[in-house]
Amino acid sequence: MDAVEIKNLSVSYKGKKVFEDVTFSISPGQLVGIIGPNGAGKSTLLKAIMGLTSVDCGEIKVLNSPVSGMRKNIAYVPQRSTLNLDFPLLVEDVVMMGRYPHISWWGFPSLFDKKMVIECLEKVGMYKYRKRQIGKLSGGQQQRVFLARALAQEAELLFLDEPFAGIDMTSESMIINLLRDLKGEGKTVFLVHHDLNKAESYFDSLILLKNRLIAWGSREEVFRIDCLREAYDGRIVSLDSLKGLMVVNG
Amino acid sequence: MGGPAFFLESLIKYQYLQNAMIAAVMVGVICGVIGCFIILRGMALMGDAISHAVLPGVALAHIFGVSFFIGAVTTGVATALGIGYVSQHSKLKDDTAIGVMFTAAFALGVVLITLRRGTGVDLWHILFGNVLAVSRADLWMIFAIGLLVLVSIFLFYKQLLLSTFDPTMARAVGMPNSLIHYLLMLLLSLVTVASLKTVGIVLVVAMLVTPGAAAYLLTERFSVMLLLSSILGVISSIAGVYFSFVYDVATGASIVLVASLLFSFSFMYSRVKS
Repeated sequence: MDAVEIKNLSVSYKGKKVFEDVTFSISPGQLVGIIGPNGAGKSTLLKAIMGLTSVDCGEIKVLNSPVSGMRKNIAYVPQRSTLNLDFPLLVEDVVMMGRYPHISWWGFPSLFDKKMVIECLEKVGMYKYRKRQIGKLSGGQQQRVFLARALAQEAELLFLDEPFAGIDMTSESMIINLLRDLKGEGKTVFLVHHDLNKAESYFDSLILLKNRLIAWGSREEVFRIDCLREAYDGRIVSLDSLKGLMVVNG
Repeated sequence: MGGPAFFLESLIKYQYLQNAMIAAVMVGVICGVIGCFIILRGMALMGDAISHAVLPGVALAHIFGVSFFIGAVTTGVATALGIGYVSQHSKLKDDTAIGVMFTAAFALGVVLITLRRGTGVDLWHILFGNVLAVSRADLWMIFAIGLLVLVSIFLFYKQLLLSTFDPTMARAVGMPNSLIHYLLMLLLSLVTVASLKTVGIVLVVAMLVTPGAAAYLLTERFSVMLLLSSILGVISSIAGVYFSFVYDVATGASIVLVASLLFSFSFMYSRVKS
């Protein structure tokens, strides 16, 4: 069984093609990085897999079913900049939102839901901040709270949109460790990511996008100088002796 | 010149004043609660639009002799749908679509009412309220609307909250965002109908936005904001009816001025605190 299977997917926005003819499949229990330069369509691909954008053509399957029947199994961590962080919500209120898909339409959080919230807050080291308003936290702390919300959802698939943008190193390594734990539990995690330097060490599989699928697969298959050069328009410097890569103006 | 004692005496003595007071208090609660969602969804202008768009419905209902409930809700929701359609099917932004659609609906309402001049529909009263003419039947209607609004928000609290704060996650887990949006527009039309006699169409938006905005500045928790907003709405209503009675000025405007004053206190408090 594949966690996600995409066939010939094309998406356009207001008459302009974002990407076309994307085909790949991802088996469960992996950390998957969606990488590519700005405007490559990374976030759009993420949203398309979650069934949130209208597609021109193509097929999307999540856990062998159309995404519409799998919604409970999809957890989403948004880009922080898209949210109103002055919203009157405490940290624990945000994490409780992860339990909403498990509560009936007019039901209320049970004791179990509340315990789950506490547990997830402890996992991300934010328990002592549970009564803080979310806007009063640092970027890294906010990101950990949103990860706790996704954990509380107990979903099979997690989708994170640029989770490391503008956050501190402590939070970043904490988040990546938690994601690795999830992977160990057999969950599949998709991350939109733009920092190539760490991409190689973070992910098991990579999807390299530049308005079309340039490469996908294991690190070795994607992290090739020709693929990266194509995606980043040659703005790439290779330091073969160090086995390192550097992206200029990525 | 009467003071509080005279006001209380009159309140006990006169049925019309009791009705006015009860209506204003209920409207304060309902508007305060629904207003919190309007503010946090960035829909203050939409609130103004829907309340104005109720006017042609009221006029048509009068012409065809049906309950103005039905008329108001029909044109209110139709305008919301129209705004959604225009902004999704053109390059116009939301606020422009709102500006075009609601003024059209409002103008149609004014034309319809002036066509029927002399038949007992007083444009002034619909626009600015006529709190002294609140009947028992009106009170029951406001009560029913209030109950419906509060029960809906109580039942669908999770959905409303999540779709307001993080619409993308709401959609990802399968919540019907646009249904929730139009449900809110429906409730907004009903709230406007409930507020017709106390504050009138033109000033409803103040009752929706001002107490909620004041509450927003004072709290960090949404449930507290809902409570605080309705309390501020009620205080505005009581004080507004009092001043309007004592100084013999328009009730709706008097209620709104008290709300604005409360907002300025809240604003100053939040400035001092930060």
